[in-house]
Amino acid sequence: MISVHHEGKVGLVILLLLLFLPQVTAAFDQAYLVSTATRILIYAIAALSLNLILGYGGLVSFGHSAYLGVGAYVVGILGFHEFEGSTFLGVPGTLNAWVTFPLAVLISALFAFLIGALCLRTRGIYFIMITLAFAQMIFYLFVSLEQYGGDDGLMMMSRNVFSGLDLEDGETYYLLTLIVLGACAWLFRRIVDSRFGRVLQGGKQNELRLTTIGIAPYPYKLAGFVIAGAGAGLAGALLANHMEFVSPDFMHWTRSGDLLIMVILGGIGTWTGPILGTTLFLLLEEFLPVLFHELGWSLLSEHWRIVFGPTLILIVLFARGGLHALLFHEEE
Amino acid sequence: MILFIEQLLNGVQFGMFLFLVSAGLTLIFGIMGVINLAHGSLYMVGAYGTALGMSWTGSFWGSLLIALPASALVGWTIEKLIIRLLYTRDHLDQVLATFGVILFLNELITILFGRSPLFLSIPEELSASLEILPGLNYPLYRLLIILVGLLVAAMMRWMITRTRAGMLIRAGTTHREMVEALGVNITLLNTGLFVTGAVFAGFAGAMAGPLVSVGVGMGEGLLILCFVCIVIGGVGSTKGAFVGSLLIGIVDTLGRAFLPDVLKVFLPPATAAGVGAGVSSMLVYILMALVLTFRPEGLFPVKGRKAA
Repeated sequence: MISVHHEGKVGLVILLLLLFLPQVTAAFDQAYLVSTATRILIYAIAALSLNLILGYGGLVSFGHSAYLGVGAYVVGILGFHEFEGSTFLGVPGTLNAWVTFPLAVLISALFAFLIGALCLRTRGIYFIMITLAFAQMIFYLFVSLEQYGGDDGLMMMSRNVFSGLDLEDGETYYLLTLIVLGACAWLFRRIVDSRFGRVLQGGKQNELRLTTIGIAPYPYKLAGFVIAGAGAGLAGALLANHMEFVSPDFMHWTRSGDLLIMVILGGIGTWTGPILGTTLFLLLEEFLPVLFHELGWSLLSEHWRIVFGPTLILIVLFARGGLHALLFHEEE
Repeated sequence: MILFIEQLLNGVQFGMFLFLVSAGLTLIFGIMGVINLAHGSLYMVGAYGTALGMSWTGSFWGSLLIALPASALVGWTIEKLIIRLLYTRDHLDQVLATFGVILFLNELITILFGRSPLFLSIPEELSASLEILPGLNYPLYRLLIILVGLLVAAMMRWMITRTRAGMLIRAGTTHREMVEALGVNITLLNTGLFVTGAVFAGFAGAMAGPLVSVGVGMGEGLLILCFVCIVIGGVGSTKGAFVGSLLIGIVDTLGRAFLPDVLKVFLPPATAAGVGAGVSSMLVYILMALVLTFRPEGLFPVKGRKAA
């Protein structure tokens, strides 16, 4: 058990060690793991952003994958028009990451602003249902965009171009993602510790008190919702480049559920918990079938979700605090 | 005009499915304070139960004898094993635990029935059409669904406003602790309500079986639409669920049928088809946004109920 005061230092050390992951996996002839790791890092960014509103703000958003999908589609659609040489409402396509990434973040934030402005008028159970419903709306919106592949999604001809970096190289892309995750983790920590973050946490505990001391919670919650949406959009832009493919499947409502699970599994309302949770979740998703296969339980290796579902219920019901509570302890 | 009436009836019929599922959902939330994502899975269980029953008994009516008890049993098990532990938990825990139930049931159904969707046929005696208006033939089976839906709604209304159980349900929605303090066995009431809701959802699934393809996860899209119905109608209100379901059923069906044509008046045909398809699939959510802007508690908020 490590004190939470050292959480930042431990995180930094692990981050530095992870810089060498490509060399380690290459040494063991398991280079494909770099791609798996990249995927984990990307989803960790999305989980971190969800944790800002879910863990610190107490807002159970069941539609977070929608913003991830929007970010991914911004990259996908710009790439599509660049390849076709056509325009989107007069805007030419591009593969320049200096344009696509900021746009993905901005447009996801815009979606989050519009949806959040409405959803945050409600609370509790209504909020859960409505964030879910609006995410479903965005899902259907992209399904209906025949020009961009509709149901089947959109293949990207190449990854974005970042001045000087070769993003087509898996190792470079992994390192870029790792640095972005590190920056995000640092940024979200700063947000949580700022006055803004304190107000957000205050709203989770007692909105009435906040109001009484002269702070209207609504703008703070909305700002939190927009920041979280922007973070998911960034993850989406990274995911689109990683997969070289975007699809409405990214924003399927079960993906929103998965993101919630990642946060809970790691430790809701903790700093590095969402990263831990994402890592465990995606490793289980990847290796549980393999494990069952090795054990000779062929039925379970195909239908591993039948084990995963009840496990999830048990964790929710009996193991609060998640992985974070196993690793770190609060000091009095 | 004929086409419009036909689509309107289709909308009403879809609304009945939505009502059968959302009635249980809204009552379970209203009285127990539990949000049950797995309610859509009970709809799926009903449909698969019918498929199984059809292959065993060969008759649609016989298969109902399998589908309804099956959904009741699954509902009862879920309530006893999981929902019971969630009454005092926050909504986040309820969402995740019932999400786990969905993963489990979907996978179980996949193991038992395989991944490819099943297609059921409408029972022979109901496959005819009825000329309800000059020039308008409407399938008997769909008419029956509308009729049954209205019957269930009327029965539910009678039960909630006129019987002792209904009185307890109404009281439980607003003053749960008081009902318990007066010596009512609230555990039994909860179980009864949950199983009733499960049977309604299963019944909807059974009737939907011959109209849609029966597949894993078929209840989930419907469940999200039911959330929209409930939010529009007001959580905890069966009247709200009824009105909301009809509204959503009709708006969704008519939007899909006519919006692309309407848009052709304003837009070039190719664009109209694309935009129409996009907007019509978003229509119900836009409707929900409108209702929320003006009536955040829904159209029929339950009086005296604390905002949850």
